[in-house]
Amino acid sequence: MSGNGTNGHTPAGIKLPIYMDNHATTPLDPRVLEAMLPYFTDRFGNAASRNHQFGWEAEAAVETAREQIAKLIGATAKEIIFTSGATESDNLAIKGVAEMYREKGNHIITPVTEHKAVLDTCKRLEKYGYKVTYLPVKPDGLVDLDQLKDAFTDKTILVSIMAANNEIGVLQPLEEIGKLCRQRGVLFHSDAVQALGKVPLDVNKMNIDLASLTAHKLYGPKGCGALYVRRKNPRVQISAIIDGGGHERGMRSGTLNVPGIVGFGKACEIARLDMPQENTRIAGLRNRLKDKLTTALDQTFINGTMDHRLPGNLNISFLYVEGESLLMGINDVAVSSGSACTSATLEPSYVLKSLGLGDDVAHSSIRFGIGRFNTEAEVDYVAARLIEVVSKLRELSPLYEMVKEGIDLSKIVWQTEGH
Amino acid sequence: MAYSNKVLDHYTNPRNVGTLDKSSSDVGTGLVGAPECGDVMRLQIKVNPETHVIEEAKFKTFGCGSAIASSSLATEWIQGRSVEDALKISNTDIVKELSLPPVKIHCSVLAEDAIRAAINDWKKKHPEAQTAAPAIAEAKTTA
Repeated sequence: MSGNGTNGHTPAGIKLPIYMDNHATTPLDPRVLEAMLPYFTDRFGNAASRNHQFGWEAEAAVETAREQIAKLIGATAKEIIFTSGATESDNLAIKGVAEMYREKGNHIITPVTEHKAVLDTCKRLEKYGYKVTYLPVKPDGLVDLDQLKDAFTDKTILVSIMAANNEIGVLQPLEEIGKLCRQRGVLFHSDAVQALGKVPLDVNKMNIDLASLTAHKLYGPKGCGALYVRRKNPRVQISAIIDGGGHERGMRSGTLNVPGIVGFGKACEIARLDMPQENTRIAGLRNRLKDKLTTALDQTFINGTMDHRLPGNLNISFLYVEGESLLMGINDVAVSSGSACTSATLEPSYVLKSLGLGDDVAHSSIRFGIGRFNTEAEVDYVAARLIEVVSKLRELSPLYEMVKEGIDLSKIVWQTEGH
Repeated sequence: MAYSNKVLDHYTNPRNVGTLDKSSSDVGTGLVGAPECGDVMRLQIKVNPETHVIEEAKFKTFGCGSAIASSSLATEWIQGRSVEDALKISNTDIVKELSLPPVKIHCSVLAEDAIRAAINDWKKKHPEAQTAAPAIAEAKTTA
């Protein structure tokens, strides 16, 4: 089952291993690297050095990047605050608002499918007396707007809802959510890392007040993120969580990562210019993969809605096959699984569980993240490998045999204790 | 997760995959684990009615690579052993043979459970063996 390919050799035009885990991170675009390189060597200045050429050069490069990033989300350059990445941005947005608006209220609303950078930040705030409503999601992964409406209280200061989910790729209705928040005078933060450069974002149209962004999910470098903070209608204020030299208008001290920021800017510019044709191509590849898998294999289940979804995301459960054993069989393809065995916590994916699916569906799930550098030949190879390995593992699966015999697995009393 | 070569070998070439007729009086079937826990093992044995030797063992497993390897190894080990002898196999033997890391020990426990469950099922069909088993256990405690 392991090895390099269906016939033991690699088809023409394919280099193994194949990377198809672009929600985890993306490779650096060579154009981005090219833009970054001078800022490691010749133009190494500190952007905060105000009295010499080296500093001015660095500062000018940072300001260009700020504009490139702002343009991709319909913001202005002054609204972009650089951070070390999206985890810091989420922390800064939520803790920063919580502290600044403490007088106004202490209630935060966020869905259960958020990234841990949001959920765990909210959990920490609960220890300090804040109240958090964790909104359930519908079986398709989307927030129920009526439930959101009902969750508001007169103490609500912040709603934090991601633009696109990192596991199932579903796109939340940001415009509707933003409208609800604006009507109630509640700030709206969105963790937009998966959506940035993949689908159009407009902070004004969507009434987003704060947005977490990161470079490495859109073919930029790691270790470089940003927080969009609205400057007017309304002017959003946040308390800093990192104190020091007062960089980034006091919201985030620390010497700027100039090469990273230059790369982030370039990555956003490329994404803005290429998005329409790139989206069509990537969605085409994703649909090709989905069609091949669901045509060849029975008992598959797509997790999350296909109607509002990142073009490159496919999250599919191959029922009665366990995810880790599946990954083991396709060891020349890099993808992820929601199986407990592949997670640090030994718990199956909380995102998939929140869709109301049984743990067994989560255990059987594979997340594909198709990106800029994937090709049709790679998709065909991955589909063929998947079909081969799923079929073999199903021959090994007592559950698949039982289902084929017409046995209802839910009627069986399983011994679950101790495992 | 880095796997030992033995786990990889059993995963790539699982031994004794298949299904025995569970209604046969010589066949014992053990089904352990649960789908929501991510592993289910079904282990079946065909026992010689005269000698009580396990002549054939088959398995099917839903689970991670270590679970597949543990059950594959279990079938290899119990074939040719008497049912009483097979009961002596412990999960720690499996852990050792496959060099399972601590997070995968439950896979070996499940394999041991599967052996016991299959033998118990066979014993239910063979009351004469049922009485023999406690006799051995008693002999051990008095010794």
